[in-house]
Amino acid sequence: MDLSSFAQARHRRGLAALWLFGLGLAGTFLLAVGYGAVEIGPGQSIAILAAQTGLDLPWEFTRQQEAVLLAIRLPRAVAGVLVGGALAASGAALQGLFRNPLADPALIGVSNGAALAAVVAIVLGAGIVRLVPALPRDLLLPLAAFGGGLATTFLVYRIASRDGRTDVATMLLAGVAMNAMAGAGIGFMVFLSDDQQLRDLNYWLLGSLGGITWDRLVLVAPLMLIGILSLPFFARPLNAMLLGESEAVHLGFSVERSKRAIVVLAALATGTSVAITGVIGFVGLVVPHLVRLTAGPDHRLLLPISILFGASLVLIADLFARTLVLPAELPIGIVTACVGGPFFLWLLLRRRGPGGW
Amino acid sequence: MLRADDIQVRYGSAEVLRGPSLSVAPGEVVAVLGPNGAGKSTLLAVLAGTLRPHRGEAALDGRALADWSPRALALRRAVLPQSSELAFGFPVLEVVLLGRSPHAGATTRAADLAIAEACLAEAEVTHLAGRLYTTLSGGERQRVQLARVLAQIDFPKLDFPDAGQGGEARYLLLDEPTSSLALAHQHATLRTARRAAERGIGVLAILHDLNLAAMYADRLVVLSRGELAAEGTPAEVLTEALVREAFDLPVHVTRHPTRGCPQISPI
Repeated sequence: MDLSSFAQARHRRGLAALWLFGLGLAGTFLLAVGYGAVEIGPGQSIAILAAQTGLDLPWEFTRQQEAVLLAIRLPRAVAGVLVGGALAASGAALQGLFRNPLADPALIGVSNGAALAAVVAIVLGAGIVRLVPALPRDLLLPLAAFGGGLATTFLVYRIASRDGRTDVATMLLAGVAMNAMAGAGIGFMVFLSDDQQLRDLNYWLLGSLGGITWDRLVLVAPLMLIGILSLPFFARPLNAMLLGESEAVHLGFSVERSKRAIVVLAALATGTSVAITGVIGFVGLVVPHLVRLTAGPDHRLLLPISILFGASLVLIADLFARTLVLPAELPIGIVTACVGGPFFLWLLLRRRGPGGW
Repeated sequence: MLRADDIQVRYGSAEVLRGPSLSVAPGEVVAVLGPNGAGKSTLLAVLAGTLRPHRGEAALDGRALADWSPRALALRRAVLPQSSELAFGFPVLEVVLLGRSPHAGATTRAADLAIAEACLAEAEVTHLAGRLYTTLSGGERQRVQLARVLAQIDFPKLDFPDAGQGGEARYLLLDEPTSSLALAHQHATLRTARRAAERGIGVLAILHDLNLAAMYADRLVVLSRGELAAEGTPAEVLTEALVREAFDLPVHVTRHPTRGCPQISPI
């Protein structure tokens, strides 16, 4: 076999996949911002966006279309892209870190820790705002969710670390315990809440991109972007860690430092996602799987492509969520769970074959 | 020179290493022998720089391993683990190319590929290059890992053709490299280690098969209960008294019919 042509073919295939998923995201984005009660064609969407920068494109559009796109569809779609990218990047990185294809941000308790803090903020929010009058109500929820996610990750990490080393099995089990406790806390909050709060809680527990505004997005978008854009820089240590942690050390990587950074960045990306949309499950699990099937397990491709594909998937799921039961909206978490659950089972069965992952 | 001096390691209250000293020189093959639980793998981890002893010091070229950056150390020594699982399906070629990680930024893709090709050939796994690692048998995986650790430190001339006689000395640490191999491949792997030594690499291998060690090693080191029980050439070390003492096994020592090295037969 000619090794260099083999290597070259794989390289080309990877680049092609990157382009394909990039174009896919662009198409999905135009579909997501165009579809709804007010139809906006792809060309019109591009023209509206171009018009904001003073550029005049040949597609004509109405003022109503412009207003709907800019005030409603665009923030929602941008949030979808960020949340999808953040969840998929966290999932891919954690799966690499744990050398376990079943790892997920929800697994180490980040998602539920963030959700518990958000739920506490919803139920006890009025009291908290009275105590700290300077804290705007809009900021309380995202801050609580982010804080909860980070605190849970930190706790799990501290429990699993000894002498500067992290034991992955302990970390996973600590995540299981965290999830159980967060679940109990959420249950208790549900028990305490009144009818209006109960509706708000459902929104958080099942996830929704509805009600996203630029104001809320601007608060968390920079934090999400830090997580999304930094994780791909850990592709090479993650590749080496697939061989084992001591093997990665033997290969010259500062494994403990990389591990800490990856855990914090994944918590940041996931916590901020939960902060603006609630818990959207299965994205972090399913996306890296599908990407591995097409582009292989090399994190240098896996991480960027997962970000692109995760963003597309959340946009598509949101499209279904807001159109399936018109005029009402389904929580997006129900859509992702309906697709993700069976998919997960299918993967489990498929895993029995050789080299299935 | 890669050396460890007066190494003491405890796991809790159990003293695993009680002060053995050991060195590997460029170009020699040293086999570490000893019964299970003698501390062989622990000593290898100390020499690899991944385990810091409670007392004593391991050093490369006179500089304590703790003072080396992980990457600088990775350019000078490679470690073959007892077994290596990969949760995801990398092709064999890319597993071997992972061995080139510490060279990132200082080498070319063409040189990486040329070295990977040479190392695949050295480990006699060229025919597996396009296969997925996860589909290989245990023995095939062990040989692919051998190719990977060779790619990490071997064949610097393919990378820098102008370099002198191989540059600074490099070291290969093998933890039971033959444990899951069929007989022919056990010998093939140790011949590969021998050839690496002829290219100036210092090789240290943990082995269980005393006869295999006698055939391929320049020097044998016997560990027993965390202490150095014996050290020397195969002829010096593999005596009936010493093997009975260290391995708790009565043996008869003969000469290898063609090589002349000692061979033991349990009685």
